[in-house]
Amino acid sequence: MWDYTDKVKEHFLNPRNVGELEGANAVGETGSLNCGDALKLFLHVNENERIVDASFMTFGCASAVASSSALTEIIKGMTLDEAAKVTNDDISDYLGGLPKEKMHCSVMGQSALKKAIADFRGVQILAKPGDMVCECFDVTDLEIIDAVKTNGLETTEDVTNYLKAGGGCGKCLDRIEEVVEKAKATEEQ
Amino acid sequence: MDVIYTDNNATTRVADAVVEEMLPFFGQMYGNPSSMYTFGDQVGRRIRQARQRVAKLINADPDEIVFTSCGTESDNAAINAAITTFPEKKRIITTAVEHPAIKSLFAWLGQKKGYDVVVVPVDKKGRLDTKLLYDSMSENTAVISVMWANNETGVIFPIEEIAARARKKNILFHTDAVQAAGKIPIDVKATEVDMLSLSGHKIHAPKGVAALYVKRGFKFPAFLIGGHQENGRRGGTENTAAIIGLGKACELAKDNLAQVNTQVRVLRDHLEARLLSEIPATSVNGDRNNRLPNTLSIGFDAVEGESILMLMDRKGICASSGSACTSGSLDPSHVLMAMEVPFKSAHGTIRFSLSHYNTRAEMDTIVETLVPAIDRLRQMSPFWKDGKMV
Repeated sequence: MWDYTDKVKEHFLNPRNVGELEGANAVGETGSLNCGDALKLFLHVNENERIVDASFMTFGCASAVASSSALTEIIKGMTLDEAAKVTNDDISDYLGGLPKEKMHCSVMGQSALKKAIADFRGVQILAKPGDMVCECFDVTDLEIIDAVKTNGLETTEDVTNYLKAGGGCGKCLDRIEEVVEKAKATEEQ
Repeated sequence: MDVIYTDNNATTRVADAVVEEMLPFFGQMYGNPSSMYTFGDQVGRRIRQARQRVAKLINADPDEIVFTSCGTESDNAAINAAITTFPEKKRIITTAVEHPAIKSLFAWLGQKKGYDVVVVPVDKKGRLDTKLLYDSMSENTAVISVMWANNETGVIFPIEEIAARARKKNILFHTDAVQAAGKIPIDVKATEVDMLSLSGHKIHAPKGVAALYVKRGFKFPAFLIGGHQENGRRGGTENTAAIIGLGKACELAKDNLAQVNTQVRVLRDHLEARLLSEIPATSVNGDRNNRLPNTLSIGFDAVEGESILMLMDRKGICASSGSACTSGSLDPSHVLMAMEVPFKSAHGTIRFSLSHYNTRAEMDTIVETLVPAIDRLRQMSPFWKDGKMV
């Protein structure tokens, strides 16, 4: 059994802001049925770019539901600029932490939020820069390098826990290891 | 809160009669069964009795039974014996849906020891591609290992026929019967099985004890090399109380076999029928006409297994999910993937495995818990709208 905090359990059993949001004017979707988790985030943003309401629909495990619920609570009342600064760690901290194997649930929240903000602003999210490493979960080398540096990741397993990269078919695990080693080496310089 | 235990393919409650049988062998009859004096030999006699009882469950002779510590050890010892006996043969054959005790061992033998590993696939109902299996039986094959029944779906494989084909080609045949023993009749005299694994804790004996059947005539090399115990086939002082418990459990299993195939089957069918009729977009995994009487693998579209388990856990219901939602393995189980169960239901698959301790009222409680739980998760799911998948 996962070592979930009481707050994770509580948000799973009594999730806030579930369902489609009437009057939503921004939507962000991430994940897929095949991955085993997916999140659709709805925002209602007013003329001052403030999020007046937010809701979600999530397919996934208990921590995916709890992370989605937490995300909507965190961002309600924020301006889009403030919301753009919300990270996966903020979501995890709000819940009193997540098991490290479940960190990707909070990353999913951050990713849906970015997409919703871009949707509102009419910004097209361009093809990601960098080289594709994990095709199952659409993760590039630059994202891995960024995650290694920002979150102090050490191993391939850490990368999988944060970004899911390598957690599908596993074909790219050797490549992830190379990227991690490279990122750690440049960091030390 | 009362527990509703429907995870008997994971482990089982130790039967009261088994506990009672074991108790004297801790504080009173603690002698070493190998000792020359009566105090030790009285334990030795009871181990001999246990060996007879285990043998009787599968219609073996007592000297064909080797006690081990777990199903995994039985499986490893069997495969080790085969490849040690035929070091020049470099092919080993198994199926895509084995328990990790065989699956990981075969993968290791392939990767580290250079074996040519043939993994025989299954169809969408979990049935084995026997043609491919028979075609791959080459002279160069050291051993074939095929489970008797699958732990996740309960699908039963045609072991008698496979064993006969293997014998014709002079290939050693092992079967992991950990899930089959005690649930369906097994008669090793009527089949050409060379080795068979069974485990205590799946049949109401304690954890930490199992057995390997080795057909008489096969000169079995030890896996644990040590003392003369188990006729030199497995060193190490006997786990006396547990072995005696396993003997009692096998005796009970033989007596209860009919009950498992009538009463337990009826409960399973009742649970299955209610879930299928009361929850839309629900499907059963595996060949419904040929599975263990206690097992139900059932998938609910558009929801995820861990969430279902957690909602059931609140009502004390114990079952397993068909997917391990951890980042390290996001995929549904290798069994469901081998059967090409679609992702939409594979992620939401739950395995219920019953025993004769279950009641009809418990099955109804499970249904009454699951109907609102699945509905609630679907209300939350982005893949579900207006009563169906989107």
